[in-house]
Amino acid sequence: MEVDFGPLAKAGSIMGSGGMIVLSEEDCMVDISKFYLTFTQEESCGKCTPCREGTTRMLEILEKVTSGKGEMSDLDRLERLAKLCQQTSLCGLGRAAPNPILSSLKHFREEYVEHIVDKKCAAKKCVALIKYEISADTCIGCTVCAPNCPTECTTGTRKEVHVIDQDRCVKCGQCFEVCRFDAVERV
Amino acid sequence: MSHAVANTDNWAEVKAACTEFLPEHIIAYIEQNAKTTHSESQLIAILHLVQGHFGYLGKDQMHAVAQLAQIPFAKVTGVATFYHYFRLQPRGKHIINVCLGTACYVKGADKLSTRLMDELGIQFGETTKDKMFSLESTRCLGTCGLAPVIMVDDQVYGPVSPAEASLILEKYLKKGKSQKAAEAAKV
Amino acid sequence: MIDKMINLTIDGDPLQVPAGTTVLKAAEKLGINIPRLCYHPNLSIEGACRVCVTQVKGFNHFLTACSQEVWEGMEVQTNSPEIRQARRDIVELLLDNHPRDCQTCERDGNCELQKQAYRLGVRERIFNGERKRFPVEDSGQSVIRTPEKCILCGRCVRVCSEVQGVSNLSQHGRGFHTVVGPANLSNMDDSVCIQCGQCVAVCPTAAFLEKDHTERVWEALAMPRDVKHVVVQVAPAIRATIGEAFGLPMGTPVTGKLVTALRRMGFDEVFDTNYSADLTIIEEATEFLSRVQKGENLPLLTSCSPGWVNFLEKFYPEMIKHTSSCKSPMQMLSTLIKTYYAEKKGLDPKDVYVVGIMPCVAKKFEAGRPEQAMEDGMPYTDAVLTTRELAWMIKSYGIDFVNLPDGEFDRPLGISSGAADIFGATGGVMEAALRTAAVKLTGDELGPLVFEEVRGVTGLKETTLRINGMDINIAVSNGLTNAKHILEAVKHGDKQYHLIEIMACPGGCIMGGGQPYPPLDHDPLDPETARIRAKALYDIDAKKQLRRSHENPAIEHLYAEFLGEPNGEKAHKLLHTHYEARMPRGIR
Repeated sequence: MEVDFGPLAKAGSIMGSGGMIVLSEEDCMVDISKFYLTFTQEESCGKCTPCREGTTRMLEILEKVTSGKGEMSDLDRLERLAKLCQQTSLCGLGRAAPNPILSSLKHFREEYVEHIVDKKCAAKKCVALIKYEISADTCIGCTVCAPNCPTECTTGTRKEVHVIDQDRCVKCGQCFEVCRFDAVERV
Repeated sequence: MSHAVANTDNWAEVKAACTEFLPEHIIAYIEQNAKTTHSESQLIAILHLVQGHFGYLGKDQMHAVAQLAQIPFAKVTGVATFYHYFRLQPRGKHIINVCLGTACYVKGADKLSTRLMDELGIQFGETTKDKMFSLESTRCLGTCGLAPVIMVDDQVYGPVSPAEASLILEKYLKKGKSQKAAEAAKV
Repeated sequence: MIDKMINLTIDGDPLQVPAGTTVLKAAEKLGINIPRLCYHPNLSIEGACRVCVTQVKGFNHFLTACSQEVWEGMEVQTNSPEIRQARRDIVELLLDNHPRDCQTCERDGNCELQKQAYRLGVRERIFNGERKRFPVEDSGQSVIRTPEKCILCGRCVRVCSEVQGVSNLSQHGRGFHTVVGPANLSNMDDSVCIQCGQCVAVCPTAAFLEKDHTERVWEALAMPRDVKHVVVQVAPAIRATIGEAFGLPMGTPVTGKLVTALRRMGFDEVFDTNYSADLTIIEEATEFLSRVQKGENLPLLTSCSPGWVNFLEKFYPEMIKHTSSCKSPMQMLSTLIKTYYAEKKGLDPKDVYVVGIMPCVAKKFEAGRPEQAMEDGMPYTDAVLTTRELAWMIKSYGIDFVNLPDGEFDRPLGISSGAADIFGATGGVMEAALRTAAVKLTGDELGPLVFEEVRGVTGLKETTLRINGMDINIAVSNGLTNAKHILEAVKHGDKQYHLIEIMACPGGCIMGGGQPYPPLDHDPLDPETARIRAKALYDIDAKKQLRRSHENPAIEHLYAEFLGEPNGEKAHKLLHTHYEARMPRGIR
């Protein structure tokens, strides 16, 4: 793709500040859309209805989807709001705000569907849709993870395989960060 | 029957009372601007000066700006509450800005934010009880190569892990303590 | 110069309109009313609600009809499935962030948001979500604010700054949490609010309302007669407007039905504020002639409008010496009811309950002014009902207003001249004063009756009248932005005025903040509404035998029996007041 105003617009993007951010399969497009919406919702000045109310509603739908409570009809509502916001907002912020949603729905729709139907986030970014488990094969029982757990739900004795109590886990990822043997897995 | 009516104009008193609340250089700036056309368009510049001097915009100061610059008071507080930059409460000794730009977000700014909020016991826009730290968020500090970054006062740190963020806080706390100790020793 | 004409098509129909016309105005020429919410013809264009979007050939996004001017060859579509859906969705988004309490809301039935939701076909709610939460601000004496009902159209902000020159309201915060209110979102009474209630009049929903006094009036009416003697007085403007609330055509005078309705509701005496309007003229004309003779403190500024008096104290305190010390007609009559009338009837003033029916929201504040209270602190006026509140009470009672027989005001505080009726329209007080002043100055009992120069709903009128060889410069203003122009001219000595009438509301009391909301196909503040309502008052005046205030026999009797001389000691003590500079000071 040629990097110029026209082709970018065609792909559903804008030149913006001229910066380019490369994302990989380790990034969740639904989560990225939500991130951008958080920004535009916060930056919406509040003057015109579609941007002020629309960005809030779209953000709510994305939060619903990323927390595993989405329904397929949410995608229709999301698309309808996105188009409304794009077509009727007063200024450029509101008109560009739904771009991440519309372009990700166009190019990465399957990621949305996966969140809604399979309740899965392939990139493992949506906290509500992942869990942390300790692999019995890899864990050597070094005990580093347990004291780092803020809810004390990671337990085990020295040289024994540690376990995570899923009911109490808040998915903070501390154990994942500190494990030096890659025994903590995000699934 | 007619009553002799005393001078009922209160402008001189109002002006004198308002002058008390602002430093000379800001009053001079307002007076200088009053002579220009569309002097009301200087409101944001005046508020910048007030915040620069006091660290925040107090109600008395905003009222003084309204009277001296002859801009409706509601407009002044409307503008002051519109911009994230303007603060209506005194701020802490150190301002921590967490970058929430795209690059920092992708690199884990959310975890960094959560850690800082937990450690400080405050949310974005708030100040710790001991008046040491105020926590703010910002959109892109322009140092995406260092993502995720935080800025404490004018010092940029990056990349910062949640654990490192705690260490940075400690550094400022220690500095504060040693300063206090030095001052106490002097006395 | 002839305007350049522009050719365009709207929904395929070709038409020609002058350059500078908006799409909304052009469509109206074809008989198409494009739905709108934030738009108001008398206010600047906001373009905020986006309900009036239209499709224009060549554009991917929609253009708002209120703000978009036409161009040569423009092709506009005002109705298509896409537009219908967009408008529907926009109104639903507003509803989703609005309390679902239509059935218990004061605006049920005349709410513009409700109307647009129905008209645009919002039949289900598909975007529901979080709703903004703000407390109701009802600690003020006149105006209450319910931010949760606000749809951020900005009409109140614009009317307050553009029409009233008060600029007390502004949007605070941003985005989803934007809220409209005075500086620091303070109580209305602690702000520079002048309580005129024009924010209430232009609000499409119930985000602004007058402070409710109906409950205390129901309570007073329910008390045993020997415990509370409940007296009501009706302002001049009410008789020309309250019929609208019962579906009568705009401008139908309903004085007689109004009196009967009030009597049915149980008021012991039904008096007419017109009586004290005549009295005001005597007192004010005397004050005026004395100032003219002495050549001091001219021009004389009228003081009937409590919104204007609030404005005076907060925005132009240096003009206090120019302002008539006369209480407003409502306060004069309430004072007489608790003194003169109570004395005559052998009643303890404490047992008399006075209710004012007013077109005005600021009257509620005025009634509570401590410097206008009795010596023991008891107010002369106990409750003030707006026209809207009274109309609701009549409906709530179940009175068939339209078919009521005519009744007559009780005597003697119900007798009035035609000069009093016209108080309700801008220029009316001036004309009433001139009728009396002309006679007093010339000694000719058949002086002029009609002063066309001061009639009409224009915001600012001025003229020079030659009476008895003397040039009298007069000015009449309504809407306080116009008052500002006049006051500045006086201050700068641009013109030597003798007498200036100032009314806070645009059009005078007939367009007061407490008047019935217009039917949903009319805009609030429409000058045409003002013209029709004013005509009703001028018609009543024209049909009266008595046309000059000083000819009112009941007033003559009042001076002879009770007050003594106009502007005399007793008259001054009871009928006059004083003003003082008040904080916060307004920015003008």
